[in-house]
Amino acid sequence: MRRAVLTSILAVIAFTLVFGLAYPLAMTGISQVVFPGKASGSRVTIDGRLVGSSLIAQSFSRPVLGRDGRPVLDEEGEEVLRPDKRYFQPRPSQSGYSADTTFFSNSGPNSVEEREAVRENLAAYLKLEKPYDRSLTVAGVPVDAVTMSGSGVDPQISEANARIQAHRIAAVRHLSLAKVESLISDHTDGRFLGLFGEPGVNVLQLNIALDREATVSAERGQRPYLILRNRAKRDPGVSG
Amino acid sequence: MAQGWLQIAVFIGVVIALTPPLGAYMARVYTGQRIFLSPVLAPVERLTYRVLRVDSTAEQDWKDYAKSLVLFSVFSWVVLYLILRTQGIQPFNPEGFHSGPWDVSFNTASSFVSNTNWQYYGGETTLTYFAQMAGLTVQNFVTPAVGVCALLALIRGIVGRSGGGLGNFWQDLTRSLYYVLLPLSIVVGLILVSQGVVQTLGGAVGVKTLEGARQALAFGPVASQVAIKQLGTNGGGFYNVNSAMPFENPNALTNFVELLSIVLIPAALTYTYGKLVGRQREGWAIFAAMLAIYVALIAVIVPAEQHGTPAEHAAGASTTAIDGSTGGNMEGKEQRNGIASSALWTTTTTVTSNGSVNSALDSYTGLGGLVPMSGLGTSEVVFGGVGTGLYTMLLYVLLAVFIGGLMVGRTPEYLGKKIQAREIKLVSLGILVTPLAVLVTAGLAIATRAGTRSIYQAGPQGFSETLYAYLSQANNNGSAFAGYTGFVQPHDPGNVGAFGISFADLLGGATMTLARFIPIVLVLAVAGSLAGKKVSPAGPGTMRTDTPTFVILLIGVIVLVGALTFFPALLLGPVVQSLTGRLF
Repeated sequence: MRRAVLTSILAVIAFTLVFGLAYPLAMTGISQVVFPGKASGSRVTIDGRLVGSSLIAQSFSRPVLGRDGRPVLDEEGEEVLRPDKRYFQPRPSQSGYSADTTFFSNSGPNSVEEREAVRENLAAYLKLEKPYDRSLTVAGVPVDAVTMSGSGVDPQISEANARIQAHRIAAVRHLSLAKVESLISDHTDGRFLGLFGEPGVNVLQLNIALDREATVSAERGQRPYLILRNRAKRDPGVSG
Repeated sequence: MAQGWLQIAVFIGVVIALTPPLGAYMARVYTGQRIFLSPVLAPVERLTYRVLRVDSTAEQDWKDYAKSLVLFSVFSWVVLYLILRTQGIQPFNPEGFHSGPWDVSFNTASSFVSNTNWQYYGGETTLTYFAQMAGLTVQNFVTPAVGVCALLALIRGIVGRSGGGLGNFWQDLTRSLYYVLLPLSIVVGLILVSQGVVQTLGGAVGVKTLEGARQALAFGPVASQVAIKQLGTNGGGFYNVNSAMPFENPNALTNFVELLSIVLIPAALTYTYGKLVGRQREGWAIFAAMLAIYVALIAVIVPAEQHGTPAEHAAGASTTAIDGSTGGNMEGKEQRNGIASSALWTTTTTVTSNGSVNSALDSYTGLGGLVPMSGLGTSEVVFGGVGTGLYTMLLYVLLAVFIGGLMVGRTPEYLGKKIQAREIKLVSLGILVTPLAVLVTAGLAIATRAGTRSIYQAGPQGFSETLYAYLSQANNNGSAFAGYTGFVQPHDPGNVGAFGISFADLLGGATMTLARFIPIVLVLAVAGSLAGKKVSPAGPGTMRTDTPTFVILLIGVIVLVGALTFFPALLLGPVVQSLTGRLF
């Protein structure tokens, strides 16, 4: 028995050294040498300034300002945000696009709250896009535009979603619709081997390409502002 | 839809194609033959035996084998628990995390030592990189290896002709780790990094977004852990949202590779089994029964998710496919995965013991949520966990042989060995322990006030969350209807002010541990019992176990046991939800 106890203890220590330190540290070393950019989070920089990761969605909204020039707060003390019309909008997020505190929406299939959330998202989407795309109907709104993603930071939207938003972008930025649509297809990731997964349009990269394309003529004189994350009142911190 | 079915069909084709080569490779490893990695790994293997001071050629009987296995797991638990309790003094802790509540640590240690990877904790918000590497990643390696050990012992009991030992636990463990899990993890890990899965020791980075807002990106040694989390049917994510997080699973290629990693070893072990018993058709018969159930479940979940939920429809959203959007229930699903890859993943991870998620199961349709529950309810014998899936399946095979023997009125035999009262008693216990654990614990959790504190959703979905939590933990799966919680974290990220829901943490931890090790010991007892038996030659009256008839009998037994056990409970949750459009 003592022999078996000793062997067990030695085994746990030995395998911890091999699989808990040697293996992950060696993998880190190899990855940092061979794939430095990918291993460090696919970071995106503009003129040397870090603006995000191409794999992580970020908010393209800004705070609504009151008469006093200060951000308007809702009843829970959060800043009221409004989508920035100059940019393609990502999918709605349950976590305020947090990439360091992720959680699911966990909205069930028969949930009243889920119905209300989708209803609000649908109304907001129509309010934003309908003025620029008169033919848009409720049935024409792609479902990815009104539902929360799994991660809360889904970097992509569907092609249908992007093509609807293209009308607004073209109008606000004074670009031709054809030009915007060609930028969309430049930033669409296809299926793996043409078969697996679904195509998606990378919102951050597309928006960066838009900024490069033309200086914004509408809504000049924006100052940088700070968006506070919506904090979860209760972390439904379970998964896998 | 056609696109979705096609990718699922091709995926299954790849699994079938890779089963023989990997299965044959593992058969060579476990019979001690030379393989192409031997020049590198054999010296490391020998060194390991010297360090552990074991004679790897010493045959163990079932009690010795069980003693080694249980002791190793006990010390694994102790070390992991200590690691989780001492976060404040650890290296590789760029965020300065302290340890979480003790009851959450208890749950997490039990979860990883039992190959469950149930997550009440949030990975990126509460754990140091040291705990993720030296704690969780280590268990992700050793627990599937332990599963294979129990399987190998059972196989040796079935084929043993000498009445001798069941092999050596330390040898089986070491070979599984070095020759199977480590090489595959390195290959898969590097593929993942090449596509954007993070692998760094650097801490979180703050960025100023295009709008001038602040966003923090959490990093870590992710790829090394994700590779083994999939290959070892573990499932615990580095991030709280698991494989939905782009840093864990950034595109369709990684999704494909991870999905393949989940099912490959369990599928290939059926071929290894055929090799080891010397009758390849026996392995394929078991594979066929697994595949049939797998395909049936996929055929239910994909249309269910494509249909959308009552809540989405009540809100006026259209879930039908339009040009440029596949439609369907996209709540909790990522655009790059869409419906088909999400539904396939959910089925695959719950018929195996993996439990990683690339979409939010709590947001699945009623019928869609019934599918993962069915995978769990049939005790994960459809490919199943690494080692655990096949040994549980072999218990069902023995039961089916027994029932078949009763039907034709002959003494039941499996591969020439008589199946008698002692074996059937042990097999029945082995099969029933887990469902019993599910029903008792879920009943406790739903009937007590302390239990219902963990529930998030109202109405039948709250019941489904509870049932799922104990189905998942008792079957050592780890996936969740993730609204159900045992950990409240008011400030993020970090453990400051956080507290555990002790009832859920302790009951879940105990369930995971007992439902892992009681069946393993019973399996080893069956192996010991069979090992002592003489092999009688097959006669004209012997019931064959490699025919379509037997495959159908086997499927029937599995479905019947699962359905009789869980049908009443499933009626109250997912079934009632799929029959109603009512919202709660």
